Amino acid sequence: MERHLMDSQIKGVSTGTTILAVTFNGGVIIGSDSRASIGGYYVSSKTINKLIQVHDRIFCCIAGSLADAQAVTKAAKFQISFHSIQMESPPLVKAAASVLKELCYNNKEELQAGFITAGWDRKKGPQVYTVALGGMLLSQPFTIGGSGSTYIYGYADAKYKPDMSKEECLQFATNALALAMGRDNVSGGVAHLVVITEEGVEHIVIPGDKLPKFHDE
Amino acid sequence: MSLTPLVYSQWMGCSWDFGSINVALEGLLEGGQTKTPKPMKTGTTIAGLVCKEGVVLGADTRATSGEVVADKMCAKIHYISPNIYCCGAGTAADTEKTTDLLSSNLTIFSMNSGRNPRVVMAVNILQDMLFRYRGQIGASLILGGVDCSGNHLYTVGPYGSIDNVPYLAMGSGDLAALGILEDRFKPNMEMEEAKELVRDAIHSGIMSDLGSGNNIDICVITKQGVDYIRPYQESEYKDKRQKRYKYGPGTTSILTEKIVPLELEVVQETVQQMDTA
Repeated sequence: MERHLMDSQIKGVSTGTTILAVTFNGGVIIGSDSRASIGGYYVSSKTINKLIQVHDRIFCCIAGSLADAQAVTKAAKFQISFHSIQMESPPLVKAAASVLKELCYNNKEELQAGFITAGWDRKKGPQVYTVALGGMLLSQPFTIGGSGSTYIYGYADAKYKPDMSKEECLQFATNALALAMGRDNVSGGVAHLVVITEEGVEHIVIPGDKLPKFHDE
Repeated sequence: MSLTPLVYSQWMGCSWDFGSINVALEGLLEGGQTKTPKPMKTGTTIAGLVCKEGVVLGADTRATSGEVVADKMCAKIHYISPNIYCCGAGTAADTEKTTDLLSSNLTIFSMNSGRNPRVVMAVNILQDMLFRYRGQIGASLILGGVDCSGNHLYTVGPYGSIDNVPYLAMGSGDLAALGILEDRFKPNMEMEEAKELVRDAIHSGIMSDLGSGNNIDICVITKQGVDYIRPYQESEYKDKRQKRYKYGPGTTSILTEKIVPLELEVVQETVQQMDTA
């Protein structure tokens, strides 16, 4: 009756995952898979949402312990809203990433969650920030994360070009997710992609069977 | 008038003691060769699904304590509010108390705000509470309800993770029940078909899992109201009592009787006038 967690360092539900964010000319695309697992052998959800909207033009994707990540993004959402009301203007993407970083760094012993924050603001346009497990904050033109990311470092480094068009960027992100989900057992389900630009936010869902195939015999 | 939820998470930057006390205690006890008493777990099968007219929740009724069935008619579907019910798996005391606390908080909220609570609010309060206790509260819950924004079904894990899903099974019999649900679930099912599917899922859990058994309870929540059918189906393996185990007065005969009067003496008397103006 008792099920034992084998090998997994994370207690409870974890998002062994593939997440990524890529800037293009005029916006940023943030994407993830949709699988949540327990102990690396049971898929507890095939349709979990890992792209969390923390403000109108700012999203963050989560990796690690689902409980920790959801709690942190809840607190971050509140703090960012409050900050935005006080400043009477939409928050900067860097501010949102900093809020997450403070929460992760100050509670680093207890938390096991990493984030990628991406969005658009008036000051610097499209940006991508990584907040790693211990609370390191890094700004990059594109970034990949989660357990599935190890399988696509080569692809991402080779295929990324700065200033892509929206279509090229969508293709890049879709291919990267498909390749990672194909090789990583704890990533899978559907591919979620969100395109953030000055005009607005567009959510694209690609079911598993419609993803591009790479020698899948 | 304050509308702030009464269970407000203040974990940002504050103490994480809720989890660490238990962990420290466990360490001490193990070292001293004392065994902590085994809590009563509801080795369980619980399931829920969203159908066209509402939400259907189902549960078995067996509560185990180690290898013994402690309660054959345990109620695992708990009342949260008139439009929200919750099935609980895990440690029986934890699910009972957590759902009780949630129900009280939401009743106070309803009275203060004049509104029926929404399912998302119940879910958020549960998430905050369970996360604060870092998994030490062993409660895996399925929350289902109907409110002004539609029919909802949520799962809340013991560490505080939540997910919004159309169908769900939890507990030790979840894999068996999930097999049935995965095969026959369709969105927007009719009520009778939905009840049968939940019944079949729980039945599969009862047959395939040692920790689940006895009767099946079903709770149907719709906009019109709640139908809590307990039991929806009784166990096929009921046994008959051989005798009546009630003993009337006079069964045990009185041999001797000794009366000892208690001598009390008034030491001090104070009189306080009550002002009833």
